[in-house]
Amino acid sequence: MPEIEKNLLDIQHLRIEATSYPPGEPPRDVVLVDDVSVSLKPGRVLGLIGESGAGKSTIGLSSMAYARGGARLAGGHIILNGRDIIHLTGGKLRSLRGKEVTYVAQSAAASFNPSKRLMDQVIETTLKNRLMPRPAAEKRARELFRKLGLPNPDSFGERYPHQVSGGQLQRAMTAMALCPKPDLVVFDEPTTALDVTTQIEVLAAIKEAIRDTGVAALYITHDLAVVAQVADDILVLRHGKKVEYGTTDQIINAPKQAYTQALVSVRSIDHEEKAEAPPVLSVAHVTARYNGTNFDVLKNVNVELPAGQTLAVVGESGSGKSTLARAITGLLPPTQGKITFAGRELSPALPGRKRDDLRELQMIYQMADTAMNPRQTVGQIIGRPIEFYFGLKGEAKRVRVQELLDQIEMGKGFADRYPAELSGGQKQRVCIARALAAKPKLIICDEVTSALDPLVADGILKLLLDLQRQENVAYLFITHDLATVRAIADRIAVMYRGQVVRYGSKTDVLTPPFDDYTDLLLSSVPEMRLGWPEEVLEHRKMESAGN
Amino acid sequence: MHPILKLVIQRVALGCLLLLAVSAVIFLGVEALPGDTAQAILGQSATPQALENLRQQMGLNEPALVRYFKWLGGVLTGDLGKSLTNGTDIATAIGQRLGNTLFLAVSAAVISVPLALILGLVAARYAGRWPDKLISGITLTTISLPEFVAAYFVIYLLTQVFPVFLPVSMVFPGMSLGAKLHAVALPVIVLVMVVLAHMMRMTRAAILNVMQSAYIETAELKGLTPMQVIWKHAFPNAIAPIVSVVVLNLAYLVVGVVVVEVVFSYNALGQYLVDHVTKRDLPVVQAVGLVFAAVYIGLNIIADVVSIVANPRLRHPK
Repeated sequence: MPEIEKNLLDIQHLRIEATSYPPGEPPRDVVLVDDVSVSLKPGRVLGLIGESGAGKSTIGLSSMAYARGGARLAGGHIILNGRDIIHLTGGKLRSLRGKEVTYVAQSAAASFNPSKRLMDQVIETTLKNRLMPRPAAEKRARELFRKLGLPNPDSFGERYPHQVSGGQLQRAMTAMALCPKPDLVVFDEPTTALDVTTQIEVLAAIKEAIRDTGVAALYITHDLAVVAQVADDILVLRHGKKVEYGTTDQIINAPKQAYTQALVSVRSIDHEEKAEAPPVLSVAHVTARYNGTNFDVLKNVNVELPAGQTLAVVGESGSGKSTLARAITGLLPPTQGKITFAGRELSPALPGRKRDDLRELQMIYQMADTAMNPRQTVGQIIGRPIEFYFGLKGEAKRVRVQELLDQIEMGKGFADRYPAELSGGQKQRVCIARALAAKPKLIICDEVTSALDPLVADGILKLLLDLQRQENVAYLFITHDLATVRAIADRIAVMYRGQVVRYGSKTDVLTPPFDDYTDLLLSSVPEMRLGWPEEVLEHRKMESAGN
Repeated sequence: MHPILKLVIQRVALGCLLLLAVSAVIFLGVEALPGDTAQAILGQSATPQALENLRQQMGLNEPALVRYFKWLGGVLTGDLGKSLTNGTDIATAIGQRLGNTLFLAVSAAVISVPLALILGLVAARYAGRWPDKLISGITLTTISLPEFVAAYFVIYLLTQVFPVFLPVSMVFPGMSLGAKLHAVALPVIVLVMVVLAHMMRMTRAAILNVMQSAYIETAELKGLTPMQVIWKHAFPNAIAPIVSVVVLNLAYLVVGVVVVEVVFSYNALGQYLVDHVTKRDLPVVQAVGLVFAAVYIGLNIIADVVSIVANPRLRHPK
């Protein structure tokens, strides 16, 4: 009889609770994770997937018997290496963390101590647990740096976190997790905060490191295409409950539950690009730089946006997308070039602009949270531009607020709610209504769906397209997500290092032949297809060898 | 040039400019007082002729600007002028008392700064629990007591109930270090009580603020003990705000302790200043004011420099 391999991790009927303190109400207990059971064999990778609030990270951290904030492990068993760790405390708990299980956080940039050298942080647990002497630990760290494709692996550890890039920090964090030779690594959205072009490389590096070291892993993400690349099995979660649990192949190709099917098929929006029309906004030869610096963050940018259409501006972080928005809104006056809006030339700086310029050009931001006054009700937030621009007061204002709430598909009671009582998607809808209240000709949308879950983001995009049809408003849509671009754009401008490297109608921009950068960007978008990152990277290597 | 060196040089240069500005303000302040030095020496009953003669003799009839630069030139060459009341050289008198002031301040600082940091770390470690509340309670009580009340309480306790120290802190040249320390023990205890709470609260607050960072969770998930997390990962990132408060308290220990000096009859700068203010001895007031300003500015430059050096982004540019 063949020996049955023991489970490394066995989570049984796990229940995690927290106490919530809603404003103006007595505190109440909320269940974050409800009766979830899952097991993991040595050397296997389990993907945990779901939208925010699904309990993915909470379950991942429970494998280290850790609960964030006020959460507590309230019931069930977490059996790691044959013993139940759910009630471990003190020294026994600490010797498990960083030795048997390690953690890779979403934002490595925030998760490294800014005042210590990377090497000291990477080998800290290895030394603490006396797994090897310092020289041996440093040698192992350098080997891991090399394996993860970090530049100058021998001297990389001498640097401080602020001296290396975000993608490099994410690799260094993976090295930190692998250094003490753990049995299990928890990867918590390790590539979510990275640009697509960086994500593909980090993903491939993590995948290879997992394979080479034979470590087991919990891989937490909201992106199915990413988890499909690394996981053997996938657990789909929603509202803290298990939705579906199966092999990667089954979940991707034959999902049984309706929710999983929706996840697999998001981005169902079909958007026909509109015909040419006279422009509402034209940006001509705009060059800009920040005060006190000596390089241009925008270099001779030329784009046009027809009335009632959408111009998507894509590129990675630092490419100048948001700077372009700042130049158009007058927050950063260009050093050269001119911006024409609704037939009149705009004053470069904000103080020189007329009230109509301000009214007809509105903005929606990535973080709806911070873009609203938390002490005002939804009615006050939306009512402000109505009063400011149109002088409506009292009943007239209330009626207009309700009209706008209806337009963003939110019902009656919402006008009296505070932002804290809204979900992420609802907050963004309120921001849209506030922009719309000014009856603008152009709305600049700066990564408005980036912080939202895919299904919620889909709803927002559909709403924006509906509103465009009703109000004939134009969008300048800034995003790094190419799937969003496909869903909403009529025209596309690809930006790279402050320049527009490709510009035209959606069809033209997304049809080969591509320039090098657009090709890099498009091929980096995650695909469900297994082995996609290796294929793309191999292809790139051959091409660069051929040149 | 290394950016740190550049920043340090900038700070020091700014400090010198600031001191120059302060010297002008002090001079103007004294100038604005009714009457002048001649009036102060001869008193209300002086004849106009006597006043005129003395003014001529002391150069008081020259324009203010000229007298300011003369005074400034004297300060730069170490000549602070003569005291009006007893004719002694101010620089010598200050030098002697500044030594006593610094001896008391340093003794109090050597005890209070490490103690405040340790108590702050412990309070942060047990935030919201009984050790935190106990430490906060005690330090807030001691800071709430007026200095002279604390001083009389300490005198009563340590000279009457437990007679280990003397109620007066007389120090004179030639005393051994041990004897001096024994003499200043009581004022040191009082000063520690006064400055402890401020520094301890700031240490606690700065560390708790850093404890919200993502890298603290990383450290916890590495299995470090709570004290290791605080000491290795939180404290290095909380230095800047702590240092600025520590320095303010050090400056207080040098320039603000006149009440304690008086209670313990300790012969130092604060008493010297107050004595001569009551006697309208303007050159002494000017000189001591300048010394105090220099101490404040100097200590704050040190705080700035420590904060700069504690920042890895400035220490190790890209």
